[in-house]
Amino acid sequence: MGLKIDSDVGRFRKIVRGKVRDELKRFMSRGEMIGRKGRDLVSIPLPRIDLPRFVHDPGGQQHVGQGDGKEGDVLAPAGGQDGGTGQAGNMPGEHILEVELTLDELAEIMGEELGLPRIEPRGRKNIEEASNRYTGISTTGPESLRHFKRTYRQALRRQIATGTYDPDRPVVVPIREDRRYRTFRRVPQPRANAVILYVMDVSGSMGDEQKEIVRIASFWIDTWLQSQYRGLETVFVIHDAEAREVDRDTFFRTRESGGTVISSAYRTCLQVIAERFPPEDWNLYLFQFSDGDNWSQGDTETCIELLRERLLPQLNLFAYGQVESPYGSGQFLRDLEQPFGEDERVVLHPIDGKEGIPDAIRAFLSTGR
Amino acid sequence: MTVSLPRELAELQVRVEKVARSYGLTFFPVVFEVVDYAQMNQLAAYTGFPVRYPHWRFGMEMEQISKSYEYGLSKIYEMVINNDPTYAYLLEGNSLLDQKLVMAHVYGHADFFRNNVYFSHTNRKMVDATANHATRVRRYQDRHGVETVERFIDDCLAIEDLIDHQAAFRANYGLQDARGDADADDESGDGRLPAEEYLDPFVNPPEVLERERRQRDEAREARRRFPPDPQRDVLGFLLHHAPLDAWQRDVLGIIRSESYYFLPQRQTKIMNEGWASYWHTKMLTGHLLEDGEVIDYADHHSGTTATHPGRLNPYKLGIELFRDIEFRWNTGRFGREWEECDDMAERARWNRPTGLGREKIFEVRRLHCDLTFLDEFLTADFCAQHKLFTFARDRRRDAWVIASREFEQIKQALLFQLTNGGTPIIDVVDANFGNRGELLLRHTHAGVDLKLDWAHEVLAALARIWRRPVHLETIVGGKPKRLGHDGSQTTEQEIKEVAS
Repeated sequence: MGLKIDSDVGRFRKIVRGKVRDELKRFMSRGEMIGRKGRDLVSIPLPRIDLPRFVHDPGGQQHVGQGDGKEGDVLAPAGGQDGGTGQAGNMPGEHILEVELTLDELAEIMGEELGLPRIEPRGRKNIEEASNRYTGISTTGPESLRHFKRTYRQALRRQIATGTYDPDRPVVVPIREDRRYRTFRRVPQPRANAVILYVMDVSGSMGDEQKEIVRIASFWIDTWLQSQYRGLETVFVIHDAEAREVDRDTFFRTRESGGTVISSAYRTCLQVIAERFPPEDWNLYLFQFSDGDNWSQGDTETCIELLRERLLPQLNLFAYGQVESPYGSGQFLRDLEQPFGEDERVVLHPIDGKEGIPDAIRAFLSTGR
Repeated sequence: MTVSLPRELAELQVRVEKVARSYGLTFFPVVFEVVDYAQMNQLAAYTGFPVRYPHWRFGMEMEQISKSYEYGLSKIYEMVINNDPTYAYLLEGNSLLDQKLVMAHVYGHADFFRNNVYFSHTNRKMVDATANHATRVRRYQDRHGVETVERFIDDCLAIEDLIDHQAAFRANYGLQDARGDADADDESGDGRLPAEEYLDPFVNPPEVLERERRQRDEAREARRRFPPDPQRDVLGFLLHHAPLDAWQRDVLGIIRSESYYFLPQRQTKIMNEGWASYWHTKMLTGHLLEDGEVIDYADHHSGTTATHPGRLNPYKLGIELFRDIEFRWNTGRFGREWEECDDMAERARWNRPTGLGREKIFEVRRLHCDLTFLDEFLTADFCAQHKLFTFARDRRRDAWVIASREFEQIKQALLFQLTNGGTPIIDVVDANFGNRGELLLRHTHAGVDLKLDWAHEVLAALARIWRRPVHLETIVGGKPKRLGHDGSQTTEQEIKEVAS
């Protein structure tokens, strides 16, 4: 249910996120509340903005309390406002979970952590389009938007209230204050103008651990790109000897057992792009994960050919992550390095187990393309 | 949001009100509304009102209150507004016992609002007023932009405490006349008394004449000063004299009138909660409780009046002090004979039944605010019995430490917290400082320095309102200083003494 106060809450959140009124950030404190959720203690972040006032210095004051204890007993640590002792707090030694981090905040943290540049969109610069929607009534506005009925009603109400309305001669004359206008809000229409194509090799050599790595890496990539583009589309393509487009769920779960023909995936991508995402309107990203074992050298040739001639001209970025598999790493990474090592549209990076994920992500996304 | 009260609650209200009247409580009509938790949280964030002007800080309060509710940390049971009729809210889904307790408590507050003198000047149609304020501020936002209006409100809020805490007792509430002694300037003579020439040096000693002349000059200078007397109501002064646009003046006026409206609630927190708790106890235990409800009631009541070492619970302090007063007046423990008796045994036995207790607490609730309440009725016995102590920051140990259990110390600390609402005393002393139209404020230092970084920020806000440099004379670390803001940067200089 909508509450009147919702707009104040929204405004406050915007200020806290630094979207408006940047100067108020100085007065912000990151407080927290310790709550309980089941058996866990949770820390609930509580940003506050305290507008400064003339107040007494709290440290220089005597306060009054109630309870046991003798003079000189310590009530509580002072919180080290002016250079505390550097000791750890004496909070209960239970495990405290953080809650309530939105994906936007997550992406922001990740961006800071990995030092990722913001992405410069190519093609059409306007990522968002806005349309106007008439949402309310206001006392000011252009005459062309005057709401005749509301204005009339207001005038009638005023005349009745002031006793100037005569039912026998029902003439209602609006004055300046009676006028009501339609107001509109600009409603951003997210234009999905970025699409990520995830390509994963699901052949027999990719084990569950490899898929887990792909899942984690693609989650973070997804999160980052989501924060950069409104309305991001994702396409998932899996392949063994043959490729097909699947939904997210299938993408992460399928385990096939055939051989590996990478060019089949590229063909599928090309088809998807041609059908649904013309590159002049879309920022296209292709992330490919594989253990690097391709069926034949001949197919690898085909892949390089396809990439160079048809895929790369359409893509913002082509990233290839080679996941180390139980059967050792394949050849594909090296095969690509030679023709594309210098191409700035191409990022090639090995992922050595889970620890390698951040490095790979940084490599993939730090191009800012 | 107006839902008529369910029948069982409506019947309950009739019973509770009857009991309240039987004890002599008087009040404006009390209207209860049942609201769900989201509405209750909104009301709490709006300090009890259904509507306030748009501002982010209400959103901030809402976030805190609703998060705290969602994680089960706190729950608002009761809310009541000083208004005629007196509106109070009940949380939907509370047990009947809770509603009963809240109703009884609300009647205590309603009686306090109606009868305590500090509330006598408050606007009893404040529910309408806040709605009007909201409409006006929205209109200004439409016309001048959300951010422009919001920035100005922020500046006003930085100084919203700078009002006159004694305003309710001034003859001309809010507005003071200039000193009306127009003849005082027409002093043609030099103050010389007639005397024979040989006696003249003795009747009119030159050094005395010189001193008197200086005093006359100073007095004339003071009459020319503007404002002629220091002005405690800084908001009121700015409202009349700051160079503001019409809408800004209106917004400042709105903030000032709301600030004055809320002032008595800040001044009587301990008494008000004490009084309401006293009466909910009396009414429930004496009349309204069913047998099966006693345990739950006791649990709830003890939660409300629980004490924590680092915090003073106004409910607890208030109710105990009212009970103490009632007891003392019932047993004749007042007056000169009692005060002068220092035989501990006799004091402990003292009982001269007067039956004046009930009458006395009604008088106390009419005439006092927290400051005078504690000044008058806090006793050494009470402090010892209720284990009060003072605590302060120990810098060496970097901790809050119990400082003293001495009665005088406790009382002094309490009174300091309550004087001027615990906020620093600040006056406008000169609106033409340095003959350059700059504003000079004075902080009356009462032993504790100002929080300096904040003081500088407030001065910056004031400079935006005054549109000229603004100064504040205060004492920092024992040295008189003049802090200021000239519109672009902070200034600070040492001075000989703080302006008189």
